[in-house]
Amino acid sequence: MPKPLVRVNEFVVKFANINGSGSASANRLFARAILRMGVAATPRNIFPSNIQGLPTWYEVRVSESGHLGARGGVDLMVAMNPQTWDKDVASIEPGGYLFYDSTRPIPAQKFRDDITVIGMPLTALCNQEYSDTRERLLFKNIMYVGALSALLDIDVAELEKLISEQFKSKEQLIAANVHALHLGRDYAHKHWSCPIGLRVRRAETVGNRIFIDGNSAAALGAVYAGATVAAWYPITPSTSLAEAFERYCKRFRVDKEKGKNRFAIVQAEDELAAIGMVIGAGWNGARAFTATSGPGISLMQEFLGLAYFAEIPAVIFDVQRGGPSTGMPTRTQQADILACAYASHGDTKHILLFPEDPAECFAFAADAFDLAERLQTPVFVMLDLDIGMNERLTEPFQWRENRRYDRGKVLHFEDLDAGKEFARYLDVDGDGIPWRTYPGTHPKYGAFFTRGTTKDAFARYTEEGAPYVENMERLLRKFETAKTLVPKPVLHRASQESRFGALYYGSTSPAMEEAAEMLAAQGITLDRMRIRAFPFDDSVKSFIDEHEFVFVIEQNRDAQMRSLLLIECDADPRKLIRVLHYDGTPITARFIAETIAEKITFSRVVPLRKALP
Amino acid sequence: MTFLPKPKLHHPELPRNALGLTRRDYEGAVSTLCAGCGHDSISAAIIRACYELALPPHRIAKLSGIGCSSKTPTYFLGQSHGFNSVHGRMPSVLTGAYLANRDLIYVGVSGDGDSASIGLGQFAHAIRRGVNMVYIVENNGVYGLTKGQFSATSDLGAKSKKGMTNRDQPIDLTGLALELGASFVARSFSGDKNQLVALLKAALLHPGAAFIDCISPCVAFNNHPGSTKSYDYVRAHNEAVNRVEVILPREPITVEYAPGETVAVTQHDGTVLQLRKLAADYDIRDRAAALAFLAARRNAGEIVTGLLYVDPEAEDLHTHLQTVEAPLNELEEDVLCPGAKALEALNQSLR
Ligand SMILES: Cc1ncc(C[n+]2csc(CCOP(=O)(O)OP(=O)(O)O)c2C)c(N)n1
Ligand code: SF4
Ligand SMILES: [Mg+2]
Repeated sequence: MPKPLVRVNEFVVKFANINGSGSASANRLFARAILRMGVAATPRNIFPSNIQGLPTWYEVRVSESGHLGARGGVDLMVAMNPQTWDKDVASIEPGGYLFYDSTRPIPAQKFRDDITVIGMPLTALCNQEYSDTRERLLFKNIMYVGALSALLDIDVAELEKLISEQFKSKEQLIAANVHALHLGRDYAHKHWSCPIGLRVRRAETVGNRIFIDGNSAAALGAVYAGATVAAWYPITPSTSLAEAFERYCKRFRVDKEKGKNRFAIVQAEDELAAIGMVIGAGWNGARAFTATSGPGISLMQEFLGLAYFAEIPAVIFDVQRGGPSTGMPTRTQQADILACAYASHGDTKHILLFPEDPAECFAFAADAFDLAERLQTPVFVMLDLDIGMNERLTEPFQWRENRRYDRGKVLHFEDLDAGKEFARYLDVDGDGIPWRTYPGTHPKYGAFFTRGTTKDAFARYTEEGAPYVENMERLLRKFETAKTLVPKPVLHRASQESRFGALYYGSTSPAMEEAAEMLAAQGITLDRMRIRAFPFDDSVKSFIDEHEFVFVIEQNRDAQMRSLLLIECDADPRKLIRVLHYDGTPITARFIAETIAEKITFSRVVPLRKALP
Repeated sequence: MTFLPKPKLHHPELPRNALGLTRRDYEGAVSTLCAGCGHDSISAAIIRACYELALPPHRIAKLSGIGCSSKTPTYFLGQSHGFNSVHGRMPSVLTGAYLANRDLIYVGVSGDGDSASIGLGQFAHAIRRGVNMVYIVENNGVYGLTKGQFSATSDLGAKSKKGMTNRDQPIDLTGLALELGASFVARSFSGDKNQLVALLKAALLHPGAAFIDCISPCVAFNNHPGSTKSYDYVRAHNEAVNRVEVILPREPITVEYAPGETVAVTQHDGTVLQLRKLAADYDIRDRAAALAFLAARRNAGEIVTGLLYVDPEAEDLHTHLQTVEAPLNELEEDVLCPGAKALEALNQSLR
């Protein structure tokens, strides 16, 4: 047997549970206690498209060195689900640990001899202690957290504090939970020598960071940005964004005196209606958004084209997931890049923002409303399930006290009354962005008719070719202007000059950074550029030009960002090398490092002229 | 095709309404529809209704889907913002616009293909949400703009111009609107201007979802013998249940009818709908009875027109959402943004 793993503050614990068994809050308690000890812990929920009965997992990566990406592999498996036992046991690293409910005997051949097995008769203990079936179920979870606190040396005081914060002043509930916690903890101390090889030690790596999921962060960004109209249709993994918006609105947007709402949220009949409402509200001068995922984006296509051509601000949060509705709705991917970048028919292109974590979800959400109104066009904020639905340690949210909304080029009553000229689609400022008016502004001036492209610069009906072309060229100029306004890419230079570059975006970020460290340890250095928006900044093209090979790391099958780079930067396809992870689990540092190392090794033996795989 | 601006020469003797505006101030660009198209008569009726009610044109927003009918907003109310959206989806755009600014008057214009075929879902949901609007379907039983295919309101057995017979059941949008909780439901005929103008005025003043199904013959593709939406057919089968007169709170009641012949419905904004009954046993405040009446008359081959149902205590979407009185599009940072201090407190709660 290999020596049991000995790791302080650097390990992965995975909980295998059954959906609907109430394990989520206990597991969350576990992760938060580690955070309270000042050690970075990153949880990931892996859940099925099901309400009750199917397997779920909750993985917590503990990393004092601050790695927040998925690592791959499991050091301690908390196996609470007999259905997935074999797979769960097999996923443990050699020398790792298995914690399980030993109430019912499990045949010896179901174990491995290269791991440490810790069996606790949880069900039996619970049945002894509690008579109510619900209590038995819930406290079993708290009990294993108690046992783990002993096994991993987690400060029980932090757990107790979290429990009392959670239940506020409900003394009875607090006492009951703390009791269950200690039952588990005492049992562990009595039966095993604690801690095991894996342990948590107080550290100072968390700092002032906060712990929140990307969907809530984006919703809060929308509240701060002054969004007043939200229209949506439920779809995992975006639902919690709309729900969080409602929660924050109830907290921050109710006129306390009159009890009236400074927001309107409509659960639409489908995504077509949702985006239609957003467009109607944007046309009428309110900040409006929808939240959806891939299938919803597909339904919105026609309307997105209308908004592009009619130049109406709209913000769309696309929390990406795998495949179609009967695909992998509860798994993560970055597979809507092309569907969003070129959404709709005719010649269309849209603005995309790629937040890497909840802090950027908040910041980009707020920016998206400014960009949409400044540029009078749809703006997509491209989250994915990994950052959208998982809580993540992230920089605290920031808001400049004197920040003003950029409402874009709007002529108001005073402007029109003073005789300021108005031509809805005329490029008066040379940036491709025309001026607009809100309906109802002035009795005499400023009214116009909104339609697709059968119009001239004065919004008059025409089917002539020349005004059409002129308008389409102006829209391209506007897209050029967009380039200067969207968030710039972030460049990380390697410690020494490198022939290799890496382009990545969104939730891949922490895994990429860790992979770069792993590669550097093997002597492979990489310059890295994190793309934060489409249209691409000119520096993206120069980054590609500067390097012999550029790895494009993404979480989809068809290398969609690579395609976008090829089209929009006119890049040499032989230079852009695909690194693709798309099985629905979050991309890991190990995967990135191994794939890049392999491709580089291969490139050393082939003549440089030849294309890489 | 290019846009032809209408010369705006004001005839000095044109009568003026309470706002000092003439009928011409409510007109739009010259229509490009076929001569004789029913839709043009509806545009004219909208112009007259808005003029007579002295509505400020710029406070009206007109929205439409796609079709000949949906093109018409260009041909009326040139001083109003208009929005020609996408096929069958006007209701959602209008709903969003209404959410943003509850103070404007919303006129949604659609066709039978637009609302009963591709857009049936959006039609239904905008009605059941109680969006405060006038929703008018210019119903010709055919797709005009794509040249004469049957629509979902084509009657069973109706013949197309090319000689085909419709074998699908028709959708009666008034019956559907009643089912869906519309608080104002009417049917009219583009050939009966007086009835239509009166109904439009009543609908414009109705504080809730007002729906008008207006039969509007398509002279190019559905005005032949065998059609059930032709001028001749509709004239022969039109049975009006009542005649409406709208009385504003500020106006004295001038129409006099013999006792028993009329009903007056006071809406909660003070407007009075004075109705002369034509069908003696018809109560416009009874939704279930209206549905039964419609079904019975349809079976008898009649096209029932008039105000079919009104709920004077109608509630609208903003009431349900409990939104503030001020239009949402007028709110600014001071009330929308919780500010940096609140954010710091929030950060603290997330540690
Ligand atoms: C998504 C989509 N499909 C098809 C069309 C083509 N189209 C334009 S108008 C129309 C039918 C309009 O019929 P109706 O609403 O009855 O209007 P009418 O022309 O009869 O007034 C169709 C099918 C379209 N514009 N969009
Ligand atoms: S085709 Fe029919 S509906 Fe269209 S304009 Fe001509 S008559 Fe009117
Ligand atoms: Mg039609």
